[in-house]
Amino acid sequence: MKYLDEFRDGPRVRAQLQTLRECVSRPWRVMEICGGQTHNFLKSGLDGLLPKEIVLVHGPGCPVCVTSVELIDKAIALARRPEVILCSFGDMLRVPGSQADLLSVRAEGGEVRIVYSPLDALKIAEANPPRKVVFFGIGFETTAPMTAMAVLQAKKRGIGNFCLLAAHLLVPPAIEALLSSPGCQIQGFLAPGHVCTVSGYEAYEVIAEKWRTPIVVTGFEPLDLVQGLYMLVSQLEEGSHRVENQYRRAATRAGNPAAKAMLAEVFSVCDRKWRGLGLIPSSGYCLSPEYADLDAEKVFSFEGIASAEAEECIAGLVLQGQKKPPECSAFGSKCTPEHPLGAPMVSSEGACAAYHRFSPQRHQDTKP
Amino acid sequence: MCLGIPGEIVEIWEEGGLRNGKVRFGGIFREVCLSYVPEAKPGDYVIVHAGFAINTIDEEEAKATLAAAGDLVDEMR
Repeated sequence: MKYLDEFRDGPRVRAQLQTLRECVSRPWRVMEICGGQTHNFLKSGLDGLLPKEIVLVHGPGCPVCVTSVELIDKAIALARRPEVILCSFGDMLRVPGSQADLLSVRAEGGEVRIVYSPLDALKIAEANPPRKVVFFGIGFETTAPMTAMAVLQAKKRGIGNFCLLAAHLLVPPAIEALLSSPGCQIQGFLAPGHVCTVSGYEAYEVIAEKWRTPIVVTGFEPLDLVQGLYMLVSQLEEGSHRVENQYRRAATRAGNPAAKAMLAEVFSVCDRKWRGLGLIPSSGYCLSPEYADLDAEKVFSFEGIASAEAEECIAGLVLQGQKKPPECSAFGSKCTPEHPLGAPMVSSEGACAAYHRFSPQRHQDTKP
Repeated sequence: MCLGIPGEIVEIWEEGGLRNGKVRFGGIFREVCLSYVPEAKPGDYVIVHAGFAINTIDEEEAKATLAAAGDLVDEMR
């Protein structure tokens, strides 16, 4: 069993779509949190097969999209320093900062290296003792434990030239922020399956209860997405507001204890600015005091960084599910994957990139 | 970013105090850190993200998820 193809099986997906069609009786507006889920809805064409009563709005679960422009500008400033090797996940390289992106800094001669795992950045530090290696730690609760392990190993093994530019984010505070913003019309959520695999979903039960909003922890394959939607809409139709788990083969209520223990050891929760959403209290991971000497924001000084966004970019409204990408005046013209104005057009999980890539003509009807 | 790919653990060893494994994804093998799945053994399937396994896949639950949809297929025939 490969655990992929079976969850893409046509007959099963179609049968599940049919049950979804049969259970829906009125309009519902729901959000899938994770950019990976957005991407797969569009890539598989499922978004076009949903009952018309269901409006799917896309959430801010794309860490590349919501990493603050200030932190990107800091990463760029670090990469420009001759003694620094800046290590980053590949999809950050073309995300626009205020004036530049990491890829253009690399083109100018700055040393920027793409890594697949934070442990790779640690290996680079070990192999380059005279240089200062900075890992740009982006991602949600899924990725933070990997960064935590690299930080712990650096300290344990005395790798003194490794430090972290911490940019990790937590999902539940963002859901709270969305639900508390005036005019929020989201009635239910598909929660991110891999975030919940690490963190568990107890925090989502608090949200579901407080806001009387159903939440279904959902996987990423077509069958998962349709099944998750079916479970969510069934709850909405019956007036329930529980947390349910569609992704039971990987996610559990308690999450991954070893990963959570590592997070608690290395990180503290802090306030963090989300690109497009603003400051969200207690929504970020920063290094706890015992690991402060590995904090790039303390090791290096940053001067004269004035961060700003492109004027036409409506990424914030897209990330909050208030606008769809084709409604942006710059979509497909001034803003394309080749020359993006904002992050969601660059990221492999960004809503704008997904719409641009997977049949923009299909979404012409959302243009004002 | 939250991309997690299922793969099969083929081999496990300790290196530098960390639990590592060789994981097979179809025809490709990658080295994966298994520190967050301390009970996983060769033959288990894990979800891999950013070079680490984040959990083992529960085969029974996977079958149950498929069966729930499979039953629908049968009902609709």
